[in-house]
Amino acid sequence: MSWMLPPSASTFAGDIDFLYYLILVITGVAFVVVEVGLIWFIIKYRSRPGRKAYYTHGSVRAEFIWTAIPAVTVVAIGILSAPVWTHVKGRFSAPADALIYRVTAKQFEWNFTHPGLDGTLDTDDDFTIRNRLHVPVNRPVLVRLVSEDVIHSFFVPAFRVKQDVVPGLNTQVWFEATRTGEFELGCAELCGLGHYRMRAMVTVHDADDYERWLASRATTTALR
Amino acid sequence: MTFDGTPPANPAIDMTEEPECVAKYADGPVDPVVVVNDGMLANVFIRVTAGLPAGPYPIPSQPATIDQNGCLYTPRVLGVMVGQPFEITNSDPLLHNIKAVPSESRGFNISQPRAMTTTRTFKTPEVMVPLECNVHGWMNAYVGVTDHPYFATSAEDGSFAITGLPAGTYTIEAWHETLGKRMMEAEVVEGGTVSVTFVYGSTT
Amino acid sequence: MATTAIPHEPVARTEHQELPFIRKYIFATDHKIIGIQFLIMSLLFLFVGGLLAMMIRWQLGFPETPMPGGTVLPETMAPGGILLPEFYNSLVTMHGTLMVFFAIMPLLVGVFGNYLIPLKIGAPDMAFPRLNMWSFWIAVPAGILMLAGFFVEGGHAAAGWTAYAPLSAKGEFSGVFAGQQLWLLSLAVLGLSSILGATNYITTIVNLRAPGMTWFRLPLSIWSLFITAILVLLAIPILSGAAIMLFFDQTIGTHFFDPTAGGQPLLWQHLFWYFGHPEVYILILPAMGMVSDIIANGSRKPLFGYHSMIYALIAIAFLGWIVWGHHMFQSGMNPTLGMGFMVTTMLIAVPSAIKVFNWMGTMWRGNIRFHVPMLHAVSFVAMFVIGGLSGIFMASTPVDIYIHDTYFIVAHIHYVLFGGSLFALFGAITFWYPKMFGRMMNVFWGRVHWFLTFVFFNLTFFPMHNLGVGGHMRRLYDPSEYEFLQPLAGTNRFITVSALLLFTVQIIFALNFVISLFKGKRAPENPWDDNGLEWTVPSPPPHGNFVTTPTVYRPPYEFSSPLVEEDHLPQDRDLGQKTDPASAPGTG
Ligand code: HEM
Ligand SMILES: [Cu+2]
Ligand SMILES: [Cu+2]
Ligand SMILES: [Cu+2]
Repeated sequence: MSWMLPPSASTFAGDIDFLYYLILVITGVAFVVVEVGLIWFIIKYRSRPGRKAYYTHGSVRAEFIWTAIPAVTVVAIGILSAPVWTHVKGRFSAPADALIYRVTAKQFEWNFTHPGLDGTLDTDDDFTIRNRLHVPVNRPVLVRLVSEDVIHSFFVPAFRVKQDVVPGLNTQVWFEATRTGEFELGCAELCGLGHYRMRAMVTVHDADDYERWLASRATTTALR
Repeated sequence: MTFDGTPPANPAIDMTEEPECVAKYADGPVDPVVVVNDGMLANVFIRVTAGLPAGPYPIPSQPATIDQNGCLYTPRVLGVMVGQPFEITNSDPLLHNIKAVPSESRGFNISQPRAMTTTRTFKTPEVMVPLECNVHGWMNAYVGVTDHPYFATSAEDGSFAITGLPAGTYTIEAWHETLGKRMMEAEVVEGGTVSVTFVYGSTT
Repeated sequence: MATTAIPHEPVARTEHQELPFIRKYIFATDHKIIGIQFLIMSLLFLFVGGLLAMMIRWQLGFPETPMPGGTVLPETMAPGGILLPEFYNSLVTMHGTLMVFFAIMPLLVGVFGNYLIPLKIGAPDMAFPRLNMWSFWIAVPAGILMLAGFFVEGGHAAAGWTAYAPLSAKGEFSGVFAGQQLWLLSLAVLGLSSILGATNYITTIVNLRAPGMTWFRLPLSIWSLFITAILVLLAIPILSGAAIMLFFDQTIGTHFFDPTAGGQPLLWQHLFWYFGHPEVYILILPAMGMVSDIIANGSRKPLFGYHSMIYALIAIAFLGWIVWGHHMFQSGMNPTLGMGFMVTTMLIAVPSAIKVFNWMGTMWRGNIRFHVPMLHAVSFVAMFVIGGLSGIFMASTPVDIYIHDTYFIVAHIHYVLFGGSLFALFGAITFWYPKMFGRMMNVFWGRVHWFLTFVFFNLTFFPMHNLGVGGHMRRLYDPSEYEFLQPLAGTNRFITVSALLLFTVQIIFALNFVISLFKGKRAPENPWDDNGLEWTVPSPPPHGNFVTTPTVYRPPYEFSSPLVEEDHLPQDRDLGQKTDPASAPGTG
C-alpha cells in the first residue's frame, strides 16, 4: 500500500508525476487540516451540562478566506496542469520525427503494425505482431489507434499514457521511452468478457538492438 | 476423401504469449487448415442435403464434443444436431471464450477461464457455424448444425461414414473451410453399403 | 418570486374518514406513506446491490476459490461456485446500476423528498398526491424489469453502469441481448417516475409553503431537494432519450452509436455524461442538505453561513452542467475541450470546499450532542472531504491520464457516494425514524453500527486509492493476469475481508431498524429538540399533517438563541412582542 507511483520510463512521465505529487501534498495538507479540525471540534465542543453554544450566523470574512484559498489553489493546479496536458495529448503535440506505428485493437488482442526497416508506415516492409510492441529507446513514437469492434484503451502504466481506442475515430498517442526493457500494456476500458486478459508487452530496445531485431524480423518474414 | 497434388503449407502460429499452450507442441504450433495424410483429406464435413424422408429425427442424447487443447480446437470440424447437447471442454489452464457466430440465428459467447466443461445447444440448423476464440485470434472451428443425423466428418485418414440411411437416392454435400464444396449423388439399397469419393485437389 | 408564501387551505384533513387498507398503505396518496414505500423498496435494493458487491469482492480477493454458497448459482453464472468473467461483468454493471438508480437516488429523492417536503414547509401533502402515488408505482415495475435481466438468456447487461456503446449496442460483442434491453427499458421507465416526482416537488415547494415560510426560511434539506428536483427534471430526460436511442440501436437497427453505419460511439458518452454529472449531484445535494439540518441540530448552533450554503448549492447545480467532459478526458474527445472541462471541474471544487468549511464553522464553539444522526453527519463531512480531494487529482488532466479507469476512480466514487451520500442517509434515517414510525431506534446499537461501518468503510475503500496509484485498472475480473498487479493481490484480499465485514455489520442496522418498529421507545413529538415544523406534530404525523396551518416566524436553525431559555427556538413559535433578530432582513 503506497502513495508512490511505480517507476516511470517515458520523457513526460516526470511532469505528470510532479503534478501528482504536488496535488498529493496540497490535498494532504487540506486533508489533515480538515480532519484534525473536525476531531478537535468534536472533542473541544462536545456538549457539557450548563453550557450554551455560541450564537452566530456566520462570518463573511471567514467565509471569504475559505472561499479564496481553495479557489486560488485549484486555479493554480489548473494552470500548472495545462501545459503538461498540451504537451502530452495536444492535437499537434507529437514530435515531427516520431516513428509511426499502428495499433489495431479488437476483442481481445492488440495487433501492432511496425513500420519496418524503412521506418515508414504503410510500406511493404511493415509487419504486424500480436500482443507485442517493439520500440527504440529515446525516440518519439506515435501510435495510431484503430479499433475493429468496441472501445478499448491503450494503457502503458510505466509510460503514463492512456488513450481510448474508439471504433470509427482515429485517435493517437505518442510517447518517448527513456529506458530499455519490457513494460506491460493493458486494456483500460471494459471491452467484454476477455477484457481482463487483453494485455500485451512493450519491448524497448536500444538503437542498435532495435535495428538488429528489425533485421532478424525481416529475414523471418521473408522466409514465409 | 482424397486430395490430389501438393497440399498448401499450413501457417505457423506465433503462440509465444501462451507458454502453457506452446509447451504442448514439439515442433511449434501450426494452424491445421488443410490436413492431408497420404493424399487423404481430413476435416471435411459431409452431410445429406436431399432425398431424405420427412423428419423429425430422434435427437441423440450423446453429446457432440469439442476440446480446446494447446490453444487449438479438436476436432476442428464437427457436426451436431439441433437440440443435441454440445459439450465444450477447455483442457488449457487459461481463458478461452467460445463465440458462435451463425448468420441465421443468434449465437452465443461464453467464456471458460480455466479448465472446465460447458454444455450448450443449437436451436437453428446452419452449415457451418463458425466458432472463434477472441483471446486467441488464430483459433477457429466449424460446426455443422443439422436437423437430421445423416452427417459425418472426414477423419485423419480421409474416411467417413454415414450410417442408417434408408434405401433411396440422396444428394451428398462435402464442405471444406478453404477448399469449398463438392456434391455427389448416391443410391443406397436396403442393407447395402455405398462408397462415395470426393476429390479435392490443389489444381481444382 | 414573492418572499411571502401564499396561504392555502388545508384540504386533505377536513374529510377524515378511514381509508380502506389498500388506499392507505398500497395505492396510497399520503406523501408520508409513499416516502416509507420508497424507503422499503430502496433499502431492499441497497441490500441486493451490496450482495452483488460481495460477489465482486470475493472474485477479486479469492479468484480461484469457490464462493461460499456460490453453487446455488446456475452454470451460466458460476460453474462450481467460481464466477465466470461474463457474469463478473454483469455484477459490476448491476452493482453500479442498482446502487445509483435504485438505492441512493430513491433513498434521497424518493424517500426524503416525499417525506420531508410537505412536513417541513407546513403543507398537508404534495401538490399532486395522485401523481405522487404514480411516481412510486412506476418505479416498482422499473425495478422488476431491472431484476428480470438476471434471468434471461445471455445474462444481464454487462457493459458497465455507463453502458458504453458499441459494447452495449450490439449483442454480438458481449453475448448479452435481452439483458441489456431490459436494462435500458427499466431506466426509461424509472426516468418517468423521477420526472413525475420532481415536478411534484417543485410545484409543492413553490406553492404550498406555510405563511411566513419565505425562501430564506427554508431549511437546507428543502433547498437542496428543490435544486435536486430541478436537476432531475432537466437531466433525466436526457438519459431517457439516450436509453431509447440505444434501445433502438439494439432492436430496430438505428445505428446511432454504431460507427460501421455512420453512428458515433462518443455520442453516447456525451449524452450519458451530460446526464451523468448532474446525476452525481442529484446523488449528493440532498445529502448535503440533510446533513446541514443534522449538524446544526447536533451542534446546537445556527448553520454557519446559511446564505452562502444556499449559493454554494446553486453554484454546484449550475457548474454541474458544464463539467461532464471530465469523464471523457481520455476518450478521444478533442484535447482542447479537455482543457476547458478541466477549468470548470477545478472550479466546482470551490463551492464543495465552502460547504465543508461552513459545516466545520457550524460545529465551532457549538455544544455538540453526539446523537447517532450526528455521528453519521460528521462522518459524512469527514468522508466527503476525501472524495472531493481525490476529485482534484482526476480533474488535473495530465494526472487523469494515469489514474483514469483505475481503482482510484472507484475509491473516489465510494468516498462521495458511500462515505458521502450513504452516511448522510444513515444520519437522515436515524434522525427522522422517530417521526416516521413513532418509535426511537436503539441508541447503543446505533452507535455500534455507526462505529463499525465507519471503520470498515475506510478499511475497504481507502486502500483502493493505493491500488489506483499502482495502476490497477477497474472492472478487471482477474488482476493476476498482469505481472505488475500481482504485488497488489494482498491489498485486494485485505479489501475483500474488510468489505465482507462492512456488509456483515449492516445486519446490526437492519435488526435495529426492524426491532425498533415494534420494541422501540415511543417517540415524543420532538425527540431531538429541533426547530423544524415536522417536529411540532405527533410522531407519526396524522393524515394531512397539521391540525391548523402553521405560521413561520424565523429561519430554521435558531439554536441557542439568546431570546429564549432553552437552546432551540422552533420556526413556528410566536414570541409576541419580543424582537427576533434572526427574522429581520440582512442577517445570516
Ligand atoms: C470536488 C468535487 C468533485 C470533483 C472535482 C470530481 C471530479 C471527478 C472526475 C474528474 C471524474 C472522472 C475521473 C475519470 O473517470 O477519470 C469523476 C468521476 C466520478 N465522480 Fe466525481 N468529482 C467531484 C465530486 C463528486 C461527487 C460529489 C460525486 C457524487 C456524489 C461524484 C461522483 C463521481 C462518480 C460516480 C464518478 C465516476 C463515474 C464512472 O466513471 O463510473 N464526484 N469525478
Ligand atoms: Cu478491454
Ligand atoms: Cu482461446
Ligand atoms: Cu463528473
